[in-house]
Amino acid sequence: MNIATIAKELNLEIRSAKDRLKNIVTGGYTGDLLSDVMANSQAGDIWITRQVHQNIVAIATLKEHAGIILVNSCEPAKETLERAIKENVPIMVSNLSAFELTGKIYFLLTAAK
Amino acid sequence: MLKVFHCDFYIHTCLSPCAELDMHPRAIVEKALAAKLDIIAICDHNSSENIPHIINAAKGKNIKIFPGMEITTSEEVHFLAIFDSLSDLDLMQEFIYQHLAGHNDEDRFGVQAVVNEKGEVEAINDKLLIGATDVSLNVLLNYVHKLNGLAIAAHIDRENFSVLSQLGFIDESMQFDALEVTPLMGLAKARIEYPKLSKYSFIMSSDAHYLNNIGTAVTKIMLEASTLSELKMAFARQNGRHILE
Repeated sequence: MNIATIAKELNLEIRSAKDRLKNIVTGGYTGDLLSDVMANSQAGDIWITRQVHQNIVAIATLKEHAGIILVNSCEPAKETLERAIKENVPIMVSNLSAFELTGKIYFLLTAAK
Repeated sequence: MLKVFHCDFYIHTCLSPCAELDMHPRAIVEKALAAKLDIIAICDHNSSENIPHIINAAKGKNIKIFPGMEITTSEEVHFLAIFDSLSDLDLMQEFIYQHLAGHNDEDRFGVQAVVNEKGEVEAINDKLLIGATDVSLNVLLNYVHKLNGLAIAAHIDRENFSVLSQLGFIDESMQFDALEVTPLMGLAKARIEYPKLSKYSFIMSSDAHYLNNIGTAVTKIMLEASTLSELKMAFARQNGRHILE
């Protein structure tokens, strides 16, 4: 399943890297502690977080995440957005909580298998 | 003439909900003197009302008090801000309180007592001091520097509320003047653990929440006098000022 499908199904607002929505999502990780995300997430994950600091872009690039979704309608910080555009990392915004969004994405990914 | 100062820049008072009530100004000063500390900074969570009383308690005594605060950013990173004067700290405090929501629950988090140098309770702070401000790390660091303060990343080796746990790594955008590690890590081990952070000065502190914690961790610093400008030079390793590792 690619990001575009998830974005459409869950009404995500896309903030950066619109040309990368064909990125394939193979799994997901939910977390706000960047040390934990660095240690435990996998390449191909869609990363669900409340953290809006610019370091999220670096972590997503390093870990080769498919993209980042910010929860609770949180917007990326200005520097975060600039960096995401420059490095072509998709950042999306959801009005759902991390709990709900994670559940819905888990369901989509499992149903697609 | 340069000489070694024994410093601990990370001491709470009974204003922090998580610190014991025995951490009142006179007791802290007495304990710091007994521990042969030359300079201490008082850093309560997002607050500073006990600092004038600590300064009063230290009047005429052979110890320097730097006004400080342990600030919680919106990313839930803890860092220490240390100032030259109470007026600079007061401006910081005003900004922090504008951006700190919620009320304390004494049963859950602890009492937040403002106590004077005579040991009398002057007030109980009812703000949620243990909470996080809604301001990002970089904006807060800029604000500290605008007020001529120094910013130190707190307990970077801890798995909670440290810049490394919350934000993964430290980069050029974060204008820290120094990095603090816990006594469990120590300065020598920190140098091995964090080779990418070699350009920063490291300090070690007690993060004292109990009187008995005071004196358990000391950073020895080569300075000419106990002033913030001297400390700034030491953090930047300038003019012979430096931290002894």
